[in-house]
Amino acid sequence: MNLNLHIWRQPNGQSAGRMVEYNVKDISEEMSFLEMLDVLNEDLLRKGEDPVAFDHDCREGICGTCSLVINGRPHGPYTTTTCQLHMRSFKDGETVYIEPWRAKAFPLVKDLVVNRSAFDRIIQSGGYVSVNTGSARDANETPIGKEIADEAMNSATCIGCGACVAACKNASAMLFVSAKISQLAMLPQGKPERKRRAEAMVAQMDAEGFGACTNTGACAAECPKSISMSNIAMMNREYTSAKLTSDAV
Amino acid sequence: MSWLSTTLTSSIGRKLVMGLTGLFLVSFLFVHGIGNLALFKNDGGMAFNAYTVFMTTSPIIRVMEIFLVAGFGFHIYTALTLTNQNKAARPQGYAYKKSSPGVTWFSQNMGTSGMVILVFLILHLINFYAEYHYGIMYDGKIPMVDINMGDHTVNVRNMYEIVKTVFQQQWWVSVLYVGSMVLLGMHLAHGFQSAFKTFGLEHKKYTPAIISIGNVIAVLLPALFASMPLYFLLTGL
Ligand code: HEM
Ligand code: FES
Repeated sequence: MNLNLHIWRQPNGQSAGRMVEYNVKDISEEMSFLEMLDVLNEDLLRKGEDPVAFDHDCREGICGTCSLVINGRPHGPYTTTTCQLHMRSFKDGETVYIEPWRAKAFPLVKDLVVNRSAFDRIIQSGGYVSVNTGSARDANETPIGKEIADEAMNSATCIGCGACVAACKNASAMLFVSAKISQLAMLPQGKPERKRRAEAMVAQMDAEGFGACTNTGACAAECPKSISMSNIAMMNREYTSAKLTSDAV
Repeated sequence: MSWLSTTLTSSIGRKLVMGLTGLFLVSFLFVHGIGNLALFKNDGGMAFNAYTVFMTTSPIIRVMEIFLVAGFGFHIYTALTLTNQNKAARPQGYAYKKSSPGVTWFSQNMGTSGMVILVFLILHLINFYAEYHYGIMYDGKIPMVDINMGDHTVNVRNMYEIVKTVFQQQWWVSVLYVGSMVLLGMHLAHGFQSAFKTFGLEHKKYTPAIISIGNVIAVLLPALFASMPLYFLLTGL
């Protein structure tokens, strides 16, 4: 199949960028979207042009490194990661727009690559449980009910790709932040630090410059791991009760 | 900053202010709409004028008026702050725009529907508050009426006459009223259920009911308000 691509090209964060048109030929339906871009890049290299920079790592849908807004939707037309999106989802001769995640908190590095370190700083601010070092603890020392383990696991499946931010009209990171706050608040290991965690993570999220939540549901609709909006309601509950009852004045 | 102001100016805190003031404004719409039903009583406006006397003299209503102005003030101020913050979070937009599946138009345009409601509100105040107090349409000669208060009669401003004149003679006001009510409906269809999620109240058992109640409110309240100009327009033909 042949495709007409419109790709955002920008040498770095300081200079201006623009959409550039490319044509790719003889793309197999079995290729992933990233492999299609590999074909384009090999072509560009042969012509002595600068290849298109895009993020990827595992190409198995588990690391959350791949990104790309494809025809206006993060990770393209299906709820999957871009690395798991296949070319059979497109028609021969189709025009495809490829853009980077757009958010102030995700500064552009080059072309389609943005810096998502804001997510790391939010996790560093409280997205963990503190444990003493020493000999490893017994795996099943703390019993956890099946329902709670399942719910916490659903929240824990977030791969931190940032599609929620890219999809939200407010570039809000609340789905990402709430998944971690909810996951740890549900588990016995996370409960001792839950108030401090909710306060610190929300403060860091705001400091990074993400928007607020209007409950449109775009984030959950685009999440490749189907993280639910109820995480956001739970975060609102965690944050409000932490603010009302914590010792931090 | 104290913990309280830190909370209320955080992203979640601002949403709490939106939700709390929003639901308070819904409760106001209920009272206002039900009270105005007196317009439909076929007694030449006696019931409505008696209701007007109560609304302009009762101390409870005077106190509630202060809360109401504050409610609108905080709702609008926070709406503008949030909308600005949310816009600033994405300085560069997408070239290809497409909304995600299942996302409603009105959930994405709360600012637009809110602005229309605000314009409507200003027009509404100019129409009725200003006419009641200064009688602009009548060059200051406000129509008066005697109403029976049981043991005595009082001579008061004929608000019924003012409402009727505005809706019948300035027909474009009536049309604008009905149009704004459609946007109010959209604002409430998303806003009512969203406010509960903002408070963290989301549950398999209750959320479907909250969404249904929100939809009923979003149809019923605007329809009630739209029926008033329509009633006068049609009976005045
Ligand atoms: C009678 C009038 C009004 C009522 C009953 C009302 C009600 C509500 C409710 C219940 C919400 C939901 C809050 C939440 O999601 O937590 C809301 C949100 C909102 N309102 Fe209003 N509102 C009114 C007037 C206005 C006006 C005049 C404006 C703008 C100037 C406005 C702008 C907004 C905006 C922008 C939001 C969404 C905030 C966000 O989620 O990002 N509203 N309103
Ligand atoms: S590259 Fe790892 S999830 Fe797509």
